[in-house]
Amino acid sequence: MKAYFALNGQILYWTLVAPFRGQPFKLGEVFHQMVLIGTRALPMAALTAFSIGLTMAMQGASALKQMGGESYVPDLVTLSLLRELGPLIVAVIVIGRSGSAVTAELGTMKVSEEIEALQVMAINPIRFLIVPRFLAMMVMLPVLTIFGDCVGMVGGWSICHFALDMDTSAYIFRCVSRPEPWDLYSGLIKSVVFAWLVITIACHMGLGVEGGAEGVGQATTGSVVWSLLIMLIANAIMTALFFFT
Amino acid sequence: MNAAEPVIEVNDLVREFHGRRVLNGLSFKVMKGDTMIIMGGSGCGKSTLLRHIIGAMKPTSGSIKLFGEEITGMNEKELAHIRRRFGMLFQSGALLQSLTVGENVALPIVEHGQLDASIVDLMVKMKLEMVGLTGFEHLKPAEISGGMKKRVGLARALALDPELLFSDEPTAGLDPIMVSVVDILTQEMTRKLGVTAVVVTHDMTSAFRIGTRMIMLGTGPNQGKIIATGTPEEIRASTHGEVQQFINGEPDGPVPLRLSKGDYVERLLGHPASSRNSYSA
Repeated sequence: MKAYFALNGQILYWTLVAPFRGQPFKLGEVFHQMVLIGTRALPMAALTAFSIGLTMAMQGASALKQMGGESYVPDLVTLSLLRELGPLIVAVIVIGRSGSAVTAELGTMKVSEEIEALQVMAINPIRFLIVPRFLAMMVMLPVLTIFGDCVGMVGGWSICHFALDMDTSAYIFRCVSRPEPWDLYSGLIKSVVFAWLVITIACHMGLGVEGGAEGVGQATTGSVVWSLLIMLIANAIMTALFFFT
Repeated sequence: MNAAEPVIEVNDLVREFHGRRVLNGLSFKVMKGDTMIIMGGSGCGKSTLLRHIIGAMKPTSGSIKLFGEEITGMNEKELAHIRRRFGMLFQSGALLQSLTVGENVALPIVEHGQLDASIVDLMVKMKLEMVGLTGFEHLKPAEISGGMKKRVGLARALALDPELLFSDEPTAGLDPIMVSVVDILTQEMTRKLGVTAVVVTHDMTSAFRIGTRMIMLGTGPNQGKIIATGTPEEIRASTHGEVQQFINGEPDGPVPLRLSKGDYVERLLGHPASSRNSYSA
């Protein structure tokens, strides 16, 4: 626990302070990690978001039909995507894809003495390895969330248009006019918090690996389990703060 | 620095892991220009000792001075300063798998200097030429053999022309020709450039070829203690049974091949054999 908070402090130092003291991180590596963490996750995030939007619209339609409120399906889809489901499912995808990969990669580097070699060469592993991954995650998770929100709305549209005979322009109008700005912002705040939690937990687990391939496996599992758990708790707390007080 | 000043000074170094003393009161000095060989059987604490000297581990007690500065109490920033003055060759090479061979060698040069890319390129080529690996710059570490990785590791350790070179088992896993190449490289560094080297090895041919000073760590009851120290000639002439057994590679001696019957039974049962009577009672 202490080590985890120490890592957070070090990340902040090497991201915000050290670059102004002549010890910058590698910008090229940040972009490289953004491709690995963000761009490569696009198909998976799109598929999941589309299917969630689709199923939400179907569930919403069947429930609202009984009250004659089918026209409210776009509102339901949009609001739940922006506030809850968008940030949540995208974070789950990224935990499974990138959180685990970061832990496994750092863990393998730890086991094969690569991190020790960096230290002996007087190259700080936090600056060299962690900061690029941290920044990439902080940028790409919110971006993926916005992308997921949009694709999810397309999923909702496919039901509204083909099954409920709703006009496309009417659907778009409802999607755009119904949500308040705060609905979007609250979701984005969530995704920034998730990004922080996911990448710091993944790095912490990876750097803490002991004892060979088995250790790497355990740390990777631990990284996914803890990230999911902490993220869900954080989500509940934020929802309570944003919408329930 | 004066030639008579020690580059490394270790005093009464103790390290315990879970109550087991792995290093037990080690004291020695390494003078400038020396090639210090640290030898000893498997598990005697050679690598642990090396990790303490490079500051990767903190001792339970005792002091370690590098270039006259106490490193045991240093923080990462101060250590980083000292670390720029030495290079280290890891047992497995410890190359970054995500970078090519050339990028690995270039890493310390790029990170610690503002040199033009063409000069860095030239330096990398020179260092790789030195270890006989010209033309391998663009391969990944996963695509070259274990011996080649070690040589790239050596090139990387020498990239910044260090004053002090640490080698952890530099010749293990190399063919006899490459062993002498690595030995000659180390010798050239120390004799021509005045570099100080600390080499952990249990390859006796190589140890006696390059060593100017040697220490030997004991195993068993002498765990973590220096049982012999001196020049290669003095070590060769040592009357210590464990030293003779080690340098001649004999299977049996003070380090027993098999346990005595009594000891064997005691280890199996967890108590001396005589108390076996209690079972029959």
